[in-house]
Amino acid sequence: MVVSAAPAEVEVPRSADNPVSDKPWVTIVWNDPVNLMSYVTYVFQHVFGYPKKKATKLMLDVHHKGKAVVAAGARESMERNVEILHGYGLWATVKQDK
Amino acid sequence: MEPFRSVRGGGTRAWLAAAEASLLRSLVGQVMSLVEPDAPADGPGTAGSEPGEDAELAALEAMVQGPGADTPPEDPVLARLLPDGYRDDPEAAGEFRKYTEPALRSAKHQAAQEMLDTLPEEGGRIQLTQDQALSWLKALNDVRLALGVRLGVTEEFEEQWSRLKPDDPQWSAFEVYAWLGAVQESLVQALK
Repeated sequence: MVVSAAPAEVEVPRSADNPVSDKPWVTIVWNDPVNLMSYVTYVFQHVFGYPKKKATKLMLDVHHKGKAVVAAGARESMERNVEILHGYGLWATVKQDK
Repeated sequence: MEPFRSVRGGGTRAWLAAAEASLLRSLVGQVMSLVEPDAPADGPGTAGSEPGEDAELAALEAMVQGPGADTPPEDPVLARLLPDGYRDDPEAAGEFRKYTEPALRSAKHQAAQEMLDTLPEEGGRIQLTQDQALSWLKALNDVRLALGVRLGVTEEFEEQWSRLKPDDPQWSAFEVYAWLGAVQESLVQALK
């Protein structure tokens, strides 16, 4: 698990009846032999609004380590991320962080 | 082909020969029919109809919501285009698929349609807005994923290709795959 890659500035709905768990849910992107490195970086910038430097670092993590945590937060938001990333053809999954 | 480049004032443009446009249209059309939202579910589980549930209502629901299979497609290409949302948790993956796969199929179908709508059959000048370019990126990527899975492409694509003899039936498919990568790369660079 690439803990250091978990971003902090992801929008998480917070309210009294929806406390943020100690173990947040995460969006993981897995390495894939087809997706272009430039394309994956572009998708991270476009979908998450990450600056180019951060998007590039996450892409390189995916490429070299096989996967990277690209977002953390409420389960519903992570599922929405995965849906969007699947629309772009990225190989993404949801998981509860450990 | 003249690669994509950004246009002053927004958007991107490229130029394609008739044969290139026709090849792209054919490949995109194939992916389109593969993800067709109306395609019958090839997994056993359709949206949960409990025993005793009103059969008419369930049939109506299935008609409105689409198949909503909860198991991955058997075709490896379709399984890559519509991947599981959870790994190592088949139950969560099944639930996720049931509620998202129909919409994902529609989205992929729509991106492919938008690409076809902006790709003249006879080729020539292609000019795309930002939104149209995004549809092209998605549709091109789906075609590359489909071809990549069929060809068994790995990170060592260049070596795989160089090991083939030019008269190997797969050789030209590798050439098309490489060309598609170049088209997509130029579009990504033009959008930056």
